[in-house]
Amino acid sequence: MTRPDPTGTLARPPTRFDKWADRSFRGLAATSAALAVLLVVGIVAQIAGQAEPAVREYGVDFLTTSKWDPSGKKFGVLPQIAGTLYSSVLGVALGSLFGVTVAIVLTQDFLPPRLEAVAKGVVELLSAVPSVVYGLWGIFVVIPALRPLANAAHETFGALPIFGTRLSGPGLLPAAFVLAIMVLPTVTAISRDALAAVPGKLREAAFGLGATRWEAIVKVVLPTASRGIFGAIVLAFGRAVGETMALAMLLGNSNSFSWSLFAPGTTLATLMANQWPESGAVEKGALMYAGLVLLGITLLINSVGTLILRRTVRVEEAHQ
Amino acid sequence: MSQAEALAAPPALYTPHAAPRATDAAVELRLKSLHYGDFRAVRDVNLTIRRNAVTALIGPSGCGKSTVLRCINRMNDLVRGFRLDGEVRFRGRDIYDKAVDPVAVRRAIGMVFQQPNPFAMSVARNVTFGLKLNGVRDHLNERVEQALRGAALWDEVKDHLNKSALSLSGGQQQRLCIARAIATQPEVILMDEPCSAIDPIATLKIEELMTALKAKYTIVIVTHNLQQARRVADDTAFLYVDRSAGGRTGYLVESGPTAEFFANPREKPTQDYVAGAFG
Ligand SMILES: Nc1ncnc2c1ncn2[C@@H]1O[C@H](COP(=O)(O)OP(=O)(O)OP(=O)(O)O)[C@@H](O)[C@H]1O
Ligand SMILES: [Mg+2]
Repeated sequence: MTRPDPTGTLARPPTRFDKWADRSFRGLAATSAALAVLLVVGIVAQIAGQAEPAVREYGVDFLTTSKWDPSGKKFGVLPQIAGTLYSSVLGVALGSLFGVTVAIVLTQDFLPPRLEAVAKGVVELLSAVPSVVYGLWGIFVVIPALRPLANAAHETFGALPIFGTRLSGPGLLPAAFVLAIMVLPTVTAISRDALAAVPGKLREAAFGLGATRWEAIVKVVLPTASRGIFGAIVLAFGRAVGETMALAMLLGNSNSFSWSLFAPGTTLATLMANQWPESGAVEKGALMYAGLVLLGITLLINSVGTLILRRTVRVEEAHQ
Repeated sequence: MSQAEALAAPPALYTPHAAPRATDAAVELRLKSLHYGDFRAVRDVNLTIRRNAVTALIGPSGCGKSTVLRCINRMNDLVRGFRLDGEVRFRGRDIYDKAVDPVAVRRAIGMVFQQPNPFAMSVARNVTFGLKLNGVRDHLNERVEQALRGAALWDEVKDHLNKSALSLSGGQQQRLCIARAIATQPEVILMDEPCSAIDPIATLKIEELMTALKAKYTIVIVTHNLQQARRVADDTAFLYVDRSAGGRTGYLVESGPTAEFFANPREKPTQDYVAGAFG
C-alpha cells in the first residue's frame, strides 16, 4: 500500500481561476493565429478584387504578351516575369555561393573563435542596411566597378547572348550582384546554423578515415547540412523575387527582357514601383494583376520548397 | 587460407589470454607530455604496441586514455591548443615529424569511436567512403562484402546495402563503423571504448571480432571494463592520474602481457585499481 495523500494535491480539482486563465490563454492564442491567417487572406482578396477587372479583360494573355502600353490599354508582363526569375536566380545563385562559403568559413574552424564571432556579427549587420542604401551603393560603387570588366567581356565574348550588350549604366549584373549581397545574411545565418548542427562526431569520423579538411566538408558536412542550406536558399529566393527598391534603382526600366547580363531589365516589383505613381484606373488594375502574379510566384516557390523539404524529411525518417 | 577467406570466415571462438604471437612493434609511444593549452593532461607514456596483437589502455576516467589513443593517428591535431612533446614511431619514423602528412597517417591508422558515428548515407556508401578517399574505384561490391564480413555484419545487412546506415541498431552501427575502418585495410585500428554505447550481446560480438581481426591488424582499445581487457587484450597498459603539485596529469603506471598484468601487478596504484574494480 502506498502512503495516503494528506495534502490532497492529487485530488485537488483546478480552481475556477485556473480554468479561466487556461481558457483565456487558449482563446488569445487562437485569436492571434486566426488574425494572422485572416490578414493574409484579406490582403490577397483585396488585391484579387482590385485586379479582377484586369484579370477578366486580359486573362492569360497578360502572362504571355510583352507590351505595357497604358495609352493603348495593352498590358502583358512576360518580360517582367522572365526578368523577375532571371534576376532572382542570378542574385540567389551568387548570394548562395557566397553565403554558404561564408557560413563554412564561420563554422569549420578556419578562424580563431573571437574573429568568428566578429565576422558573424558583421554579416548579420548587413541585413540591417536599408534597401535604398544598397541601391545607392550599387549606383555609385558597383556599376562603376563592373563597367570596365563588363565592357571588356562584351568586346571579347560579345557573340554569346549573355554578353550581348555593353554595360552603360543600370543593368542586370549590378542588380544581381547587389541582390546577392542583400540575401547574403539570410543565406549565411541559416546555413551557419545548419552547418553548426552537424554532429562533431561525423567530422571526426571523416577525419579518422583520412579525409582532408575539404573532403570532410564537401563529402560529409555539407551533405549532412544540405536540408538546412536548401531551406536558406528558398527563403533567399522568396526575398529576391519581391525585392523592389534596390532593383528599381539598379536594373533600369526597360520593359523588355534580354539575356544579356549587361542590359537593363525589369521585374514585376520594379514595374509596379515605377508605373504606379502616374497610372490611371485601368493601368492600376493591370498593376494589381501584376501584383497577384508576383504573389503567386512567391507562393509557388515557398510551396515547392516546403514540398521538397518535407519529402526529404520523409525519406530520412523512413531511414531512421 | 587467404586473408580474404580468413576475414570471410565467422570469427572463431576466442581464447582468453591468447598467447602473444608476434613480437615486433607496430607503434612505439615515447610521449613526454601532452598539453591542452596550458593544461598538462598526460606525461611520460613509453609504450610499445605489438603488431597483430590487441593492446588495451585502462585507467580511471580522465587519466588520458583517449588523449593518448588519439595521438597515435594525430586526431588531436584537430583540437585547438593541443601540443605534444615526444614522439610516436610508426613505420620507422616519427609521425609528428614535419615531413609527415597527418592525413596519410590517418589512412594507415584507422579509428573507431565511442559513439557509433555512421554517415547519413547508405550502408554500402559508408563502407566505400574511405576507399573512395583513397582513390579506389574498382571491385567496390566485393570490397564492401569483404569489409562487412570482416566486421561480422554481412549476414544482417546483405539485403539492405542501400538502406540508410542510420536505420541500423546501435550495435550494428558500431560494427558498420568497424567495417568502414577496415575497408581501407589500415595497419592499425584504434578503438575508443567501442562497446560503451551498446548492449552486452553486441559487445560480445565486437569482442570476438577484435580477436579475429588481430590476425590482420594491430588493435589498440581503450576500455573501462577490466573484464573486457582480460578477455580480448594481449597486452594491457594502465594509466593513472598524478594529483601531486595540484595538477591532474595522467601517466603510464605499468604495462605488460595481460595475464601477467592482472595476476601480478607490480605497482601500488595498479594493485588498488585492479583489486577495487574486482571488488
Ligand atoms: N579537447 C580537450 N580540451 C581540453 N582538455 C581536454 C580535452 N580533451 C580532454 N581533456 C582533458 O584531458 C584529460 C584527459 O582526458 P581524456 O579524455 O583523455 O581522458 P580519458 O582517460 O579518456 O577519460 P574517460 O575514461 O572519461 O574517457 C582530462 O582531464 C580532460 O579534461
Ligand atoms: Mg575517453
